Amino acid sequence: MSESKKISTMDRVNVGLAARYRKEKRFKLFGFTAIVASLMFLVLLLGSIVAKGYTAFSQTEVLLDIHLDPAELDVNNLATANYAALVRSAIFAQFPEVTSRQDKRVLGQMVSTGAAYKVQEMVMTKPELIGSTKPVWVLVDDEVDMFIKGHIPRDVPEAERRVSDQQVAWIDHLTANGRLKQKFNTTFFQAGDSREPELAGIKGAAIGSMFTLMVTLLLSFPIGVAAAVYLEEFAPKNRWTDLIEVNINNLAAIPSIVFGLLGLAVFLNFMNMPRSASLVGGLVLTLMTLPTIIIASRASLKSVPPSIREGALGVGASKMQAITHHILPLAMPGMMTGAIIGMARALGETAPLLMIGMVAFIVDVPQGFNDPATVLPVQIYLWADSPERAFVERTSAAIMVLLFLLLTMNAAAVFLRNKFERRW
Amino acid sequence: MQKFALTLAAASLLVASATTTHAADGRDYISIVGSSTVYPFTTAVAEQYGKSTKFKTPKIESTGTGGGMKLFCAGVGVSHPDMTNASRRMKKSEMESCQKNGVTEVVEVKVGYDGIVVANSKKAELMKLTRKELFMALAKQVPSPEGGDKLVDNPYKTWKEINSALPANKIEVLGPPPTSGTRDAFVELVMEEGCAAFDSIKALKKSDEKQFKTVCQTIREDGAYVEAGENDNLIVQKLAANAKSVGIFGFSFLDQNNDKLQGSFIEGQAPTFENIASGKYSVSRPLFLYVKKAHVGVIPGIPEYLNEFTNDRAWGEEGYLAGKGLIPMPKAERKTFAADAKALKTVVLD
Repeated sequence: MSESKKISTMDRVNVGLAARYRKEKRFKLFGFTAIVASLMFLVLLLGSIVAKGYTAFSQTEVLLDIHLDPAELDVNNLATANYAALVRSAIFAQFPEVTSRQDKRVLGQMVSTGAAYKVQEMVMTKPELIGSTKPVWVLVDDEVDMFIKGHIPRDVPEAERRVSDQQVAWIDHLTANGRLKQKFNTTFFQAGDSREPELAGIKGAAIGSMFTLMVTLLLSFPIGVAAAVYLEEFAPKNRWTDLIEVNINNLAAIPSIVFGLLGLAVFLNFMNMPRSASLVGGLVLTLMTLPTIIIASRASLKSVPPSIREGALGVGASKMQAITHHILPLAMPGMMTGAIIGMARALGETAPLLMIGMVAFIVDVPQGFNDPATVLPVQIYLWADSPERAFVERTSAAIMVLLFLLLTMNAAAVFLRNKFERRW
Repeated sequence: MQKFALTLAAASLLVASATTTHAADGRDYISIVGSSTVYPFTTAVAEQYGKSTKFKTPKIESTGTGGGMKLFCAGVGVSHPDMTNASRRMKKSEMESCQKNGVTEVVEVKVGYDGIVVANSKKAELMKLTRKELFMALAKQVPSPEGGDKLVDNPYKTWKEINSALPANKIEVLGPPPTSGTRDAFVELVMEEGCAAFDSIKALKKSDEKQFKTVCQTIREDGAYVEAGENDNLIVQKLAANAKSVGIFGFSFLDQNNDKLQGSFIEGQAPTFENIASGKYSVSRPLFLYVKKAHVGVIPGIPEYLNEFTNDRAWGEEGYLAGKGLIPMPKAERKTFAADAKALKTVVLD
């Protein structure tokens, strides 16, 4: 005991100091490693998506001199004429040496079936072109496109790729003549779904997502805010409100598929609403996002200082005036952040939509809330499940579009918070 | 509170508008549900039909054969689908549930064939299998390797143990889950045929049919068979990454990935388009489309859709469905089914 008394407190601290510093360094290092690891995964994920998907934004087109044969076309039969035959004869004209029926069939398949519709559209808008020969850039088939982009390898035996040696020779011939060109893929942004990869686009899914989110926002934000205001400002504190609070917190953690089942039972089977409609999708997602919005709104109502509330009441405002004039405006940025985060989650959902039939092949771009529609993540899922090679890059491209939208929404949330938030 | 009232009003308005417009103008597009195997073909026809006729493009959901039947048989009326895809024939029990719900007249259209392939990576050895060997590799219970009629839990760990000509790789097969029509067909066409190759099990069929079915249809659960989900692309990717595993999936995915994968021979036949079409390759199954006759004339465009489907430019040898991986029926069979579809002949299951 007497010996230990000689060591002063400072000495004892100094003895352990090195070890404590080492501990702290290790602690910091763990945190740093965690950040680096998660960043690396993020970079890996984004990198692989971008690397796979960026090629989808360009699309190969071929220049064909299409003779708008007056023998085939007549002002009266423009809707039903055989435009595919015109396109075929234009590509045959590039290769006069191809004569056998089998070869001609393969050659004809190198141009997309969409080419005929493009020619049809051109003739129907300008019937005076009939009789002339027009050079037109039309889409090539997805396999030719994949070959040119290098997704189908050239240096393997013919049997191991879907483009034959003969087709390779034709592609080389067209390239040498400057008749093949990569263009920006406008179809991808202007078309609905298609089974032909070169004709498939995300517009239908994007519009469907927009309609669905509109319904969700219009319903969940006002209902969520109203519920939060009531619970926070009016409701008495008793066992019932406790029960409600526990339930709201629990609902926020329920797997989304459960809401899909609920939607199927209530909206489709009981209320007889149309299957696959974005209205029903929006309703189901409303159920899903409501708890998130209520919780965020209550938190931001709580963070408004009591002095504001009491000040308003003190100068003679009614309770409703205090809420609508003072508390709500101050709590609004927090509520909007909560709503946007809830919306971002709703934008990425597929599971609840599966149950109400929004996981479907839909070509026509939806025109209203009752039209059959699908949403962006569902489109990604459907393309990921398609056998055609060209859908791989389109899947990644659609993911990029979805990520971009999510990022924009989250950025908006951050912006709103920084701009309007007030600290006390 | 004002806001709350407003919201309620808006919500009820939305709901009301939805239900009324829906009830009033019915549905002006065809709704199809069902098998994910038939989905690529039905959608291709739907797209062509939407572009070449005045009707709207049909809406097609991929729900699986069983799920599709359930929706299809739920009743008559615009809220129920008009057609369902099936990768097997409609079951008697399904027909009964249809009848019970008022779906009395159903038109059956056989659309073509689909091959089921057993494939592995090109980096690995090409396998030449028989159905008996596949049964030995995948069944939960097999006749004891020591001989005799006794059934034991599957002891085989590598392919070589089954047949010395096969590679010494561990048995690892990626295949569809029990909900899939592909799995049903695989069990019926490979497992049941394979197990009937054993005399002792064959004898069981007569004495105890229930036991026979259990033995033949149960797939092992010790990790050698991995249920890879309904996504065939996933199986393809896993096979490309792991040369030692083997996958079971539809022919169209092999056809699209023939630079990465090779189809194993079964009973000495390669899974090629020609072999499946001619029936030489034994593991192939018919695909069906079922149509609700009561909806013809109510939902516009159903006969026209069937007409597009049963046209040689779609389901013929050189039609666009062949390009999507459908194995066409022989000409005579196509003719019969096209005529039946045209006449909307009601099916009688036997």
